[in-house]
Amino acid sequence: MKTHSNSQLTNQELFVKEHRKHHHQVAAYRILIFIGFLLLWELSVFFGGLDAFFFSSPSRVLQCFIDLTLNKSLFMHIGITLLETLISFLLVLIISLVVATALWYSGKLSEVLEPYLVILNSLPKSALAPLFIVWLGTGMSTIIVAGISVAVFGSIISFYTAFQQISQSEITLIYTLGGDKNHALTKVVLPGSIPTLISTAKVNIGLSLVGVIIGEFLAARRGLGYLIIYGSQVFQLDMVITSIILLCIIAMGFYKVIQYIEHCIKKKLLK
Amino acid sequence: MTPYLIELKNICYSYHTLHGETKALDRISFGVKNGEFVAIVGPSGCGKSTLLSIIAGLIKPEEGTIAVNKPDGSLGYPKIGYMLQKDHLLDWRSVYQNMLLGLEIRKELTQENLDYVDELLKEYGLGAFRDKRPFELSGGMKQRAALIRTLALKPELLLLDEAFSALDYQTRLIVSADICNIIRSTGKTMIMITHDLSEAVRLADRIIVLTARPATVKAEVPIHLTINEPSPLAAMNAPEFNDYFNLIWKELNDENSFK
Repeated sequence: MKTHSNSQLTNQELFVKEHRKHHHQVAAYRILIFIGFLLLWELSVFFGGLDAFFFSSPSRVLQCFIDLTLNKSLFMHIGITLLETLISFLLVLIISLVVATALWYSGKLSEVLEPYLVILNSLPKSALAPLFIVWLGTGMSTIIVAGISVAVFGSIISFYTAFQQISQSEITLIYTLGGDKNHALTKVVLPGSIPTLISTAKVNIGLSLVGVIIGEFLAARRGLGYLIIYGSQVFQLDMVITSIILLCIIAMGFYKVIQYIEHCIKKKLLK
Repeated sequence: MTPYLIELKNICYSYHTLHGETKALDRISFGVKNGEFVAIVGPSGCGKSTLLSIIAGLIKPEEGTIAVNKPDGSLGYPKIGYMLQKDHLLDWRSVYQNMLLGLEIRKELTQENLDYVDELLKEYGLGAFRDKRPFELSGGMKQRAALIRTLALKPELLLLDEAFSALDYQTRLIVSADICNIIRSTGKTMIMITHDLSEAVRLADRIIVLTARPATVKAEVPIHLTINEPSPLAAMNAPEFNDYFNLIWKELNDENSFK
């Protein structure tokens, strides 16, 4: 017994221990990279390798964050960007569900619209932003429309593809039970597509944020996109980099929220 | 008056593509008596499933009629129960919710029907699995759950489209006998399609042999097995089993001649 140091652990406990160790290591490396990056950045600026005016530094970002919070109502800008992104994200979901359902109902309609969807999806949406400004002015609606335009076409295509991938025999099952196309949609196609709907939503929230920032670059007096453009115009690169870091945090936050919703839905679906 | 619950008369059906017309069914005529079990066998791709879809009313025949003569004298098409190759239980519903799918669709979730489903659940040994998810059931139990989903609608005529072919051989022997016993005990009529000649001989009262495409009725063989207990092994050991098997095999093969 004494020859093995782990002799009191069963194989199952050993496996769990190994598994935990692996996860702790991954987490530790992630944090290490983050801290290493900050240190490298700060020290390069400190020892004069990088010019702080152009490249800022972690301490300057922190200082800028505090200044912006005190003097330029930073949280208002963050709130505006969040709000615009959420509204366009929700509208993207609703529009693409409605359109994808219509396409699913009518094979002819989807055949007719296919080339238009493909073209609109591959079009660089930032090219449309100037048009939106002329049509809708420089308010929030322009920015929300820009957010929608980036995400909506790809989302329609993903939803529609998901609907089509539902196995034909499950739809036949509904017909053999005396159902019609509406039943096939509500009993099989929609619930069966939920995993794809969620993974598309994960992509969509990021794309909506991209669209909103493009919109704010061109047509806003508020929001993080505006702060980035303003900062670059007055050569306050601290402000630009602080806003970019805030965008990173927002993107991560959105992703985590959707991941949590996914987790809840899965739990509910599978008991 | 015909002696049949339903009688097919000269059913024809073709598939159409831009390259031309493929005749699938050519003047198919046969009848099925009330309470009878009929198996349809034929070469692969001869249009058996098409025929079943026509009987179920899922597609319309291009020519021909189906006459109905229900024993209680009521008019209207007999209520159909359809069982597909796979159970197609929906993963996001519990076993019980899956069984209610048909009733939900037809808006027949009455207390009487719910009690009936509960009764079936208990009778067929799935009571303990009522709130489980389909993936927690074995293949045989899934097929039973699918049968209860079908029976919940109180069908008069059951159509089985290769309903056991997704199961492994041993399970298939047991489950097919099991399910046919259940259907027999409820006095319902059944039409089944199968590739498995032994299954057809074991389970059916009559076998209808179809030719290769375009399918016509090649032969009708009534089956009488001398068995003293309703088990698949007893059926296979019945003295007549081999003769019937060989007869059907010959009927299929001199048509097919296995190239």
